[in-house]
Amino acid sequence: MTTIEQLTQRFGGEGFASSRFRDNVRFDIPPQSLIEVLTFLKSDCGFDLLVDITAVDLLEYPDARNRFRVIYALANTATAERLYLRTHLDLPNPALASVVPLWLGANWMEREVFDMFGIGFDGHPNLKRILMPEEFTAFPLRKDYPLRGRGERHNFPVITRAES
Amino acid sequence: MAIAASDNVFMTQLDAAANWARSNSLWPMPFATACCGIELMATASSRYDIARFGAEVMRFSPRQCDLLIVAGRVVMKMLPVLQRIWLQMPEPKWCISMGACACTGGVFDTYAVVLGVDRFIPVDIYVPGCPPRPEQLLASIIELQNAIKKHGTLTGKEFADRRTATGPAPLSLEELRRSRDYLLLQAEQDEAAAEKRAETATKHHP
Repeated sequence: MTTIEQLTQRFGGEGFASSRFRDNVRFDIPPQSLIEVLTFLKSDCGFDLLVDITAVDLLEYPDARNRFRVIYALANTATAERLYLRTHLDLPNPALASVVPLWLGANWMEREVFDMFGIGFDGHPNLKRILMPEEFTAFPLRKDYPLRGRGERHNFPVITRAES
Repeated sequence: MAIAASDNVFMTQLDAAANWARSNSLWPMPFATACCGIELMATASSRYDIARFGAEVMRFSPRQCDLLIVAGRVVMKMLPVLQRIWLQMPEPKWCISMGACACTGGVFDTYAVVLGVDRFIPVDIYVPGCPPRPEQLLASIIELQNAIKKHGTLTGKEFADRRTATGPAPLSLEELRRSRDYLLLQAEQDEAAAEKRAETATKHHP
């Protein structure tokens, strides 16, 4: 039985869906059942490696019904099988449960998603910015944030020759 | 300024001696953040040999250097570090902005990259190129040596009248507009949210 068959057998109903593009297997889940599905995948299906956590801002994306898509890339190191678990979130307060209790490596990945998209992770041990400076206020990978910023890179003292 | 002297005292022979010594022993502080750093290393290596011009003593402590070479793009998180390094260098000191990114930000016109270090620290020589060839860096060092020999003074008088930033003003008009639009949008959203809250409050307590 394939993983997708196992998943659809165990978790059916509203919000669950599976799709496939070539060898890219995806499984969509509602955000509230994230921990349940990931625990099942880790303990029963052998997906022992969390490869990455990333997000997409679907603002002005054709046919998108939600604002954010968070993607969990999983791998089974025994069979080399890969699975992309996707869940969708909306403004205001997009938040998910933290998966740090399942994979310690999720710590920095969730911090990066938080830093770039402003998606919160409840139960994260240390949820603060990881790439941008602490005093940065925006979430730069959101599509409504201008590429050239809002003047953040100009907020420094100017040192002239006469004074130094 | 190394020595205090009143403005109407000119020590031409001493100036010339100091300029000769200073220009022929520039100690570079390599601030290499990107691919320009590789060219900087090539300039220091035996083929191009920056030692021919007396500038081979690369020191990784700013307190021992008098020439800052900014080689590569500087992001907004790195700029306070660069400014601190510049302030830690002893007088007299000079700065070379090497490559397109250090001079103008290059192709990295994004929220995170500073559009030219000359907006925030003084720059004496700009080296164009992406990255510039070692010959160009050597030419800039020769140019700087000539400038020191020509304009340098023992007391560092020539720096005193440079009271403005070398580069353009930090905020461009376009950037100001973008910030203003965002603030207006925020105010609008806050107002709408407050109205909505007031509406629901009256609904619950008519």
